[in-house]
Amino acid sequence: MSSIHARFTSTKESFRLQLDEQFPASGITGIFGASGSGKTTLLRCIAGLERIENGYLKINDEVWQNKKRFVATHKRKLGYVFQEASLFAHLSVKQNLEYGWKRTPVNERTITFEEVIDLLGLSPFLKRYSSQLSGGQRQRVAIARALLTSPKLLLMDEPLSSLDIASKQEILPYLERLHDEIHFPIIYVSHSPEEIVRLADHLICLEKGAVTASGPLNELLTRSDLPLANLEEACSIVNCVVKSHEPDFHVTHLQIAENRDQIAPELNNIMIPEKDLSVGSPVRVRIVARDVSLTLSHNEHTSISNILPARIIETFPCPNPFQVMVKLDIQGQPILSKITKRSCSVLGIKNGMNVYAQVKSVALVK
Amino acid sequence: MVELNAFNATPIWLTLKLAATTTVFLLLIATPIAWWLATTRHKLRTPVSALVALPLVLPPTVLGFYLLVLLGPQGWVGQLMQNLGLNTLPFTFTGLVVASVIYSLPFAVQPIQNAFQQQGLRPMEVAATLGASPWDRFFSIALPLAKPGFLTAMVLSFAHTVGEFGVVLMIGGNIEGETRVLSVAIYDHVEALEYTQAHVLSAGLIVFSFITLLLLNRLNEKHKGPTK
Repeated sequence: MSSIHARFTSTKESFRLQLDEQFPASGITGIFGASGSGKTTLLRCIAGLERIENGYLKINDEVWQNKKRFVATHKRKLGYVFQEASLFAHLSVKQNLEYGWKRTPVNERTITFEEVIDLLGLSPFLKRYSSQLSGGQRQRVAIARALLTSPKLLLMDEPLSSLDIASKQEILPYLERLHDEIHFPIIYVSHSPEEIVRLADHLICLEKGAVTASGPLNELLTRSDLPLANLEEACSIVNCVVKSHEPDFHVTHLQIAENRDQIAPELNNIMIPEKDLSVGSPVRVRIVARDVSLTLSHNEHTSISNILPARIIETFPCPNPFQVMVKLDIQGQPILSKITKRSCSVLGIKNGMNVYAQVKSVALVK
Repeated sequence: MVELNAFNATPIWLTLKLAATTTVFLLLIATPIAWWLATTRHKLRTPVSALVALPLVLPPTVLGFYLLVLLGPQGWVGQLMQNLGLNTLPFTFTGLVVASVIYSLPFAVQPIQNAFQQQGLRPMEVAATLGASPWDRFFSIALPLAKPGFLTAMVLSFAHTVGEFGVVLMIGGNIEGETRVLSVAIYDHVEALEYTQAHVLSAGLIVFSFITLLLLNRLNEKHKGPTK
């Protein structure tokens, strides 16, 4: 399987990095950590903008750095989107876009100019200059400019962090489209759980330059030893498949991707507001921990329509002492439920117990 | 006809020629120095920076004196040139150009260096990630972004060369058509009590300098302007 292997060790005070990771060269790999955790440093090392001696970097079959070899940044087939859009002020939007495009040999181009303009909705801005664009528009141009070099790897360093909320909401859908339409791996650095949950497939958590965890997103979101499960907006991701549509009630029914336990169809059902998705297509839904309540028996007399049979994996304390987090298994997929400590005791929640998870709301991630 | 003969325009043309030649050489020499000073973390950065700025504080006569010693027939540069079969530089137009380049160096280096420093490393890094080689990105990104700095450097170098006196007198002397530039000509006229001629040249120089600075300010404002 295609993969990216990065090994960087530096103990310099200003520049601490301890990392030896192999992760899939497909989809979006999120690098998550607080500011100062070494996320940007790692990205700069991957791009060749910083050089750590004795580092090692291999993208699929191509070695970009080892003991003998250090490929210069301009010879690495990568795209880099910086935190600030950093458009060239002396060039128009079109000239900015053409900068990398012109420097990519024709036979190495894997994407057309028009496709990229279209993907990021840039045609109205081509003649403008950086100073005449909003922050969100600038960042879209920067993303398009990076894509136009037909990279084998796209690096994104908190591309949304310098934007206001409205601009963030403007860009996120474009990033989700990227995920669906781009066929090279993306490394996405962020300190925002929301962005990570919406975009990443795989996750690497950094703390003070060292990896604290890495693995598929859902596994890490629900791990009791990581900060993600302690966040106020702690959540989990469930992979589903579109089952059917019910136009009378404007709902779409999903089922959990793998019906491992052969449970009855009426119990393997997640309802979302009607979405134009074809039956059978895979989707990801996000379930926020505080929206999940537990019952011991299947209660049909309730307005909550998503009731899933689940097994308790473990319980662990929340930052707020009056609540506990319960980790459940739904046909092999972990989800989190945040309930009060009192309810946990009244229900007699124990590891291995079978319960029903009542899910109040489900958000389609993509 | 009589009046035209009385007014000798040669020093004006000579001055313009000197200033133009000096400016061209200065831009060629100052650009790499400015880039190095703007980007290096080398320990020699501060001493070199001070050395470049030296002509700002030294009396021009000091500079001219040492250049005369160095470039003259007894100086090691002068001896080297003689050994190579070349003429020595003092009291020639070429000698003036060499001296002017050194004398006006800070006026060219500093605006260009500031312009490079202001743009930071980011545009060059972005260009590298877009596949541009170091030379490519220097010419396609760093130079065009530093354009206001270059304009300032050009105007200042030109104007400063026009106005120099002490260095010229030391290294150039006062040879008609070769080294007798405006400032020296004015000095001669005053010495000879030819106040009318001195007035014409001096007033001309004042008008020239004022217009130069006016244009410079206009240019700078134009470059800051369109962002608003």
